[in-house]
Amino acid sequence: MKYIDEYRDTELGKNLIKRIAEISKRPVKLMEFCGGHTVSILKHGIRQLLPSSIEMLSGPGCPVCVTPVADIDKAIALARRPETIITTFGDMIRVPGSKSALQKEKADGADVRIVYSTRDAIEIARQNPLKSVVFIGVGFETTAPTVAASVMQAMNEGLTNYHILSLHKLCPPVMKALLLSHEINLDGIICPGHVCAITGARPFEFIAREHNIAAAISGFEPLDILLAVEMLVNQIESGRHAVENAYPRVVHEDGNRHAIDIMAEVFEPSSSCWRGIGVIPESGLRVKDKYRAFDAEKVFEIEQPVSKENPACICGDILRGVKGPYDCKLFGAACDPGHPVGPCMVSAEGTCSAYYLYGGENE
Amino acid sequence: MNDKVLMAHGSGGRLSHDLIEKYLMPYLANPVLNKMDDCATIALNGRIAFTTDSYVIKPLIFPGGDIGRLAVCGTINDLATSGATAKYLSLGLIIEEGFPVADLERIMSSVSETAKEAGVLVVTGDTKVVDHGSADGIFINTSGIGVIPEGIHLSGTRAKEGDKVIITGTIGDHGVSVMAQREGLKFSVPVESDCAPLNGLVSGILSVSLNIHCLRDPTRGGLATTLNELAVQSGVGIQIYQDKIPVKDAVRGMCEILGFDPLYIANEGKMVIISAPEDADSIISALHENRYGKDAAVIGEVTSQYKGRVVLKTGLGASRIVGMLTGDLLPRIC
Repeated sequence: MKYIDEYRDTELGKNLIKRIAEISKRPVKLMEFCGGHTVSILKHGIRQLLPSSIEMLSGPGCPVCVTPVADIDKAIALARRPETIITTFGDMIRVPGSKSALQKEKADGADVRIVYSTRDAIEIARQNPLKSVVFIGVGFETTAPTVAASVMQAMNEGLTNYHILSLHKLCPPVMKALLLSHEINLDGIICPGHVCAITGARPFEFIAREHNIAAAISGFEPLDILLAVEMLVNQIESGRHAVENAYPRVVHEDGNRHAIDIMAEVFEPSSSCWRGIGVIPESGLRVKDKYRAFDAEKVFEIEQPVSKENPACICGDILRGVKGPYDCKLFGAACDPGHPVGPCMVSAEGTCSAYYLYGGENE
Repeated sequence: MNDKVLMAHGSGGRLSHDLIEKYLMPYLANPVLNKMDDCATIALNGRIAFTTDSYVIKPLIFPGGDIGRLAVCGTINDLATSGATAKYLSLGLIIEEGFPVADLERIMSSVSETAKEAGVLVVTGDTKVVDHGSADGIFINTSGIGVIPEGIHLSGTRAKEGDKVIITGTIGDHGVSVMAQREGLKFSVPVESDCAPLNGLVSGILSVSLNIHCLRDPTRGGLATTLNELAVQSGVGIQIYQDKIPVKDAVRGMCEILGFDPLYIANEGKMVIISAPEDADSIISALHENRYGKDAAVIGEVTSQYKGRVVLKTGLGASRIVGMLTGDLLPRIC
């Protein structure tokens, strides 16, 4: 299949693995930022094919996973409002809040609908003029522009019953926070390919410049990731630090100007709380005042309970790369994708879910 | 006659008779059913296989089939896993008030055509109508009876080290074609459901090999879940090779976009076959001659390593455990 098979080519893959093994001399710790990377690495068995000198850690790049319980509780509170339709991407409905989850609210009669695009949410708003339609906006720079575009469209159409709950998060600030914490001593970072498709490489240059850490932007096919690993090992072994692009077919130097402009039209950076990490300045996106009529937090009084996480769940540590799924007592016992306790087991991009589905005893 | 099914059609009175006479019997008539007794009486010799299944698929009509074809195929295929030749079916309909009679006729016509194709008779049935909102259009239950030929002993417990693992064609077609029809997912995917009666295909392979150990249809939970069940039941390991598993490009493409794995997507016209290695070639040849087996392939083997587990060799040569489906990938696909 075009655009897939060529990036999964067995021979090219084996050659890359051989080259990596040849150049890799000293032990290194690399972090793959994205949940999508983690899934691909495990699904294709890349971890076990890399030389033992290379340790791969999973990062916080799973938007559903880093959404704090308090924000899930907010979405649940909105779902309980009368005459309200909640629209959301699929993963979100299963994430446990303090006491409930959107899917439980749905079973209890709330109108919660899974959509695949904000265009579907807009269409639902058009078809239900007497109800409030709230889109739960979760995602990084990759999804935020489409949510911003939906707000602009609602404004243009005078669609006054459409609202968003903006829980968006930005990637460079969390990377900065992780690196400044010095909890994990990374030698290299695989940067998020689809975030960089929007932002370009520049916002990630501080990794190399300020922290002397190797960085490579990667796509999500096995050859993309292997190429990025090769770039990282090359940089480390030769003492260089730069942000290199292993995903040039999608990521361009300047990113996607149009998407950036749309995002900047509707949103402005704000401090934001990340699960397991805490509040990071300028790491979230809130709706600008001009569009306040579409901001669910401004329009509705959201009654929020005191939020509580399951104390045994170590999703927070896993998101920081401090611990792995196998370090969690709940993993595979009280917590599996059928009965997830924490968000890392819910999301298709969650580290725990990826390890559960694809990691099984193969290493 | 109304163009919608009414509550009165389920009353047992005149309208019930009308519904049965006008819209069901023309599609099902056969000497056993025509007697219209409260139960069917039939004579059978030998070991009997007996199974039942309920069908609640949404949407009722999907590319490559509808709930009628599915309800016949599903039960016939369950019988086929024992090697049984399907003979007789029961048909129970639970219809929601207001259901269009035209849709009922289309579904009954599918039941009729599929039963004819498979050479089975519907010999008993029941129709209920429930209030609007108490069902979703129509639910169907079928039970089936078949006769197992002499000398055939198939069971999920019989896989042995060294056996070959065969799949009778491309995986994931049914799940993906149904998924693409769902509200909110207006994908136009050139994939039809593989929904098909496999009794002919199974009797074909049983006639060329006496060394078939297990047959199972990988429906909900997909190939991965079925192989896991067989590995556990037989207490063996199963190793499969990613690049040998037949998957249509359109199925792979949609799975890539939505983050699904074809290994876990439902099939309704496929069979997993585990056989002695020496018979694998003749089984594959027999499968290739059948319209429902043209893409059949050997995808792996039974091992003594990894007892109770399924291991996938990836394209890059790594291996990983493939677990059972956990959670619900997609509700109401059959």
